[in-house]
Amino acid sequence: MRKLALSDEILLRVEKPARYIGGEINMVKKDPEKVDIRFCMCFPDVYEIGMSHLGIQILYDMFNLREDTWCERVYSPWMDLDRIMREEHIPLFALESQDPVRNFDFLGITLQYEMCYTNILQILDLSGIPLLAKDRTSEDPFVIGGGPCTYNPEPIADFFDIFYIGEGETVYGDLMEVYKAWKKAGGTREDFLKQAAQIPGLYIPQFYEAEYHEDGTLSSFHPVTDGVPERIVKQVQRDMSDTYYPEKPLVPYIKVTQDRVVLEIQRGCIRGCRFCQAGMLYRPVRPRALSFLKQRAKAMLESTGHEEITLSSLSSSDYKELDKLVYWLIEEFQGQGVNISLPSLRIDAFALDVMSRVQDIRKSSLTFAPEAGSQRMRNVINKGLTEEEILKGAMDAFLGGWNRVKLYFMLGLPGETDEDIEAIAVLSDKIAREYYTIPKEERNGKVSIVSSSSIFVPKPFTPFQWAPMVSKEYAVEKRDFLLSKVKSQLNAKSIKYNCHDADVSELEGIFARGDRKLCGVILQAYQEGCIYDAWGEFFKYDIWVKAFQEQGVDMDFYIKRERGEDELFPWDFIDIGVTKRFLLREYLRSKEAVVTPNCREGCSGCGAAVFQCGVCVS
Amino acid sequence: MKARLKFTKMGSMRFIGHLDVMRYFQKAFRRAGIQVSYSKGFSPHQIMSFASPLGLGLSSEGEYLDLSLDEEIPKEEFLQRVNTQMNEEISVTDFLYLEEESKSSMAVLAACDYLVYLKPEWSLKPEWTSFFSEEEKRRNAVERFMKKERVEILKKTKRSEKLMDIREYIYLLSEAEEDTGSLQADFTDAGYEPLLFMQLTAGSVVNIKPELVLEAVCMDEGEEYESAAFQIHRLEMYGDLNMKKGEVHTWKSDPVCELVPLSEYGKVVKLSNGIKFRY
Repeated sequence: MRKLALSDEILLRVEKPARYIGGEINMVKKDPEKVDIRFCMCFPDVYEIGMSHLGIQILYDMFNLREDTWCERVYSPWMDLDRIMREEHIPLFALESQDPVRNFDFLGITLQYEMCYTNILQILDLSGIPLLAKDRTSEDPFVIGGGPCTYNPEPIADFFDIFYIGEGETVYGDLMEVYKAWKKAGGTREDFLKQAAQIPGLYIPQFYEAEYHEDGTLSSFHPVTDGVPERIVKQVQRDMSDTYYPEKPLVPYIKVTQDRVVLEIQRGCIRGCRFCQAGMLYRPVRPRALSFLKQRAKAMLESTGHEEITLSSLSSSDYKELDKLVYWLIEEFQGQGVNISLPSLRIDAFALDVMSRVQDIRKSSLTFAPEAGSQRMRNVINKGLTEEEILKGAMDAFLGGWNRVKLYFMLGLPGETDEDIEAIAVLSDKIAREYYTIPKEERNGKVSIVSSSSIFVPKPFTPFQWAPMVSKEYAVEKRDFLLSKVKSQLNAKSIKYNCHDADVSELEGIFARGDRKLCGVILQAYQEGCIYDAWGEFFKYDIWVKAFQEQGVDMDFYIKRERGEDELFPWDFIDIGVTKRFLLREYLRSKEAVVTPNCREGCSGCGAAVFQCGVCVS
Repeated sequence: MKARLKFTKMGSMRFIGHLDVMRYFQKAFRRAGIQVSYSKGFSPHQIMSFASPLGLGLSSEGEYLDLSLDEEIPKEEFLQRVNTQMNEEISVTDFLYLEEESKSSMAVLAACDYLVYLKPEWSLKPEWTSFFSEEEKRRNAVERFMKKERVEILKKTKRSEKLMDIREYIYLLSEAEEDTGSLQADFTDAGYEPLLFMQLTAGSVVNIKPELVLEAVCMDEGEEYESAAFQIHRLEMYGDLNMKKGEVHTWKSDPVCELVPLSEYGKVVKLSNGIKFRY
């Protein structure tokens, strides 16, 4: 019988003990005596969320292909176990071997959203690893951060030894080789970090220093150690069809958020929406070859026994061979009881045909993400979707038997007016009106429209990185305003309106464009009980406000002001290919509501062409 | 065609709930390429059902799953293909085809056998003294208990609590002796000490949980029930050949129960030698 880190007694006391026992299908087991490197991969949120993440599955597979490395996993213990582990001094353990995380060589933490920052500290704390990198010794693993939030790592710089900037497929192998050589030679922790700093894409925060003007803005950011690069260049996996992608992904015992085979069809996006960070970070768009995708889809369905497969990418409709891939999947697997789950597609004849084949029309809904209600605002954000396209797509779907529509919008976009907000209600109503132009006997009951809005959060490396974020008060006021406008529409009874919580968005905005001064705030908030901030029921806004006050950090500084064109940003030392000059040009064009063509219509010279791959070379 | 399989659930798999065990089997059958029948409609699912869900934390070597297959696979081949896809803590130990008109194992379930072990970490706890730790006290306790006319327990439901007499549903409570199942060695190697054997009424009408009986025994001896000290292990599940629909048999029933393991029940019921009757 497998030895578990937790006693039966504890496992029976906590909710969903399967979160902590490992042993999942396709889990990798190795003899710890026969490997040189123990790598623990962490998603700092609950198991069901973490297990749904594709990136970890890719890296888990990649690391374990190396004979000298055993890669294991850990997720945030849920609140019930968190309490027990603290009370009983049980060290956090990896799922595979059930060994303490502190005994590993590396702890790699993926940073998918800002609101997980206190959970990073939970992981370190429960593992018995000092929270601050400067306090760690040869007894501790090297703590590496990766994922989208590392494109502005400064608010959490003090907690990490290394940040890996970019896509994980490229230089981890180099880092493992450097590590083995260092371990053999027996140097200091700093020796290793200095060598790691020579590898492109790796940022070692303790080798850099930030200085500030009197107004709090950054005056300079530079290395304080010799031989360390001034700028860190994002890592890009150039060929997406000759690279790591698991054939045997892990299959959890309990139902997780993404309980299916995930097939990433392409990386990056051609669209250039001005609010979208992923759209800029992952440029240039790089499709995977159809043959590669077919082979992996088949292998993964066979090795997992999953009954569902989903396609993943930004703007999937832009994948040129989407029709070929989807029809092949239907042909090949639908008869075997495999459900094909579609990402949100641009609603056109192809999408409707596919949807009618793979979903129950009566139960499924159409999704549109206009993001803004008025055409003017859609031009400001460079969202190339017109009202005509939305109405036509909806009408075609209604004629096909659908009667449920979901719409996604943002509130607080730069330069937003009351008319732009009202337009959200008007557009929702127009779609309902469109439905009722169909003769009654041909309709499929009543139409249902669900419009949701989130608060826009400006992110680094987007044209809106200079823009102020709206205040909480504004968000609440405009939400009420929009609700009243929805209620005054002709088809008000058919429209439901939902809005995202403003407190969480505010904090997300601060962390997104924050600097090193926030490390102390995050540390204090965690020490005073903040954890699982992404979960509404645990979010403690008051403690956060107190932490900002006591650390002498002004919340408004990070969100309320429009940043100057010449301001040096904390993340400017990172080179994502896309230039600051391009982003600024886009910001200025947004103020004129001028749209910019997508990458296939014409190159706008964003800078990503330096990577010499994907759409930039085709 | 209808089929039934028997499986074990040990070690860390004790912490997987029964709905997740069902998902586990569904995926395992797909990996093994077994043609399980699917329900119709837009979200088809494999047709299968459990005899009786096993409580979280309990182990078993006598779990049953009924399923419907679109193909006939010989028993040995089925076991080989499915067991290749099992982890080390669940294994399929028996497989049989059922008569098409036979009832589901859930419907025919009448009784279950359980073994109660003392967990190794508890026999070492110096602060824990119990009648269980001394053989003679244990034997006396069991004898006293079985002589009782009534065994009242507090049955808690979502809405109310009421006293229930479960004596007649306890077919047997004895010291664990020879017949302690096929996994006995695994348990003793890991330091588990067998204490009690129980045979209890089970099924959809009356289902007596072994924890309840164990708690009642402890209460009788004036001892706090330390649930964490015991590992309860399900040995076998039975159908009752003399049971009519909707009836609940007790140890006083007339005619007496004729218990047959579910692995023998739904086939053509050949009452050949080798079938063990406890009553």
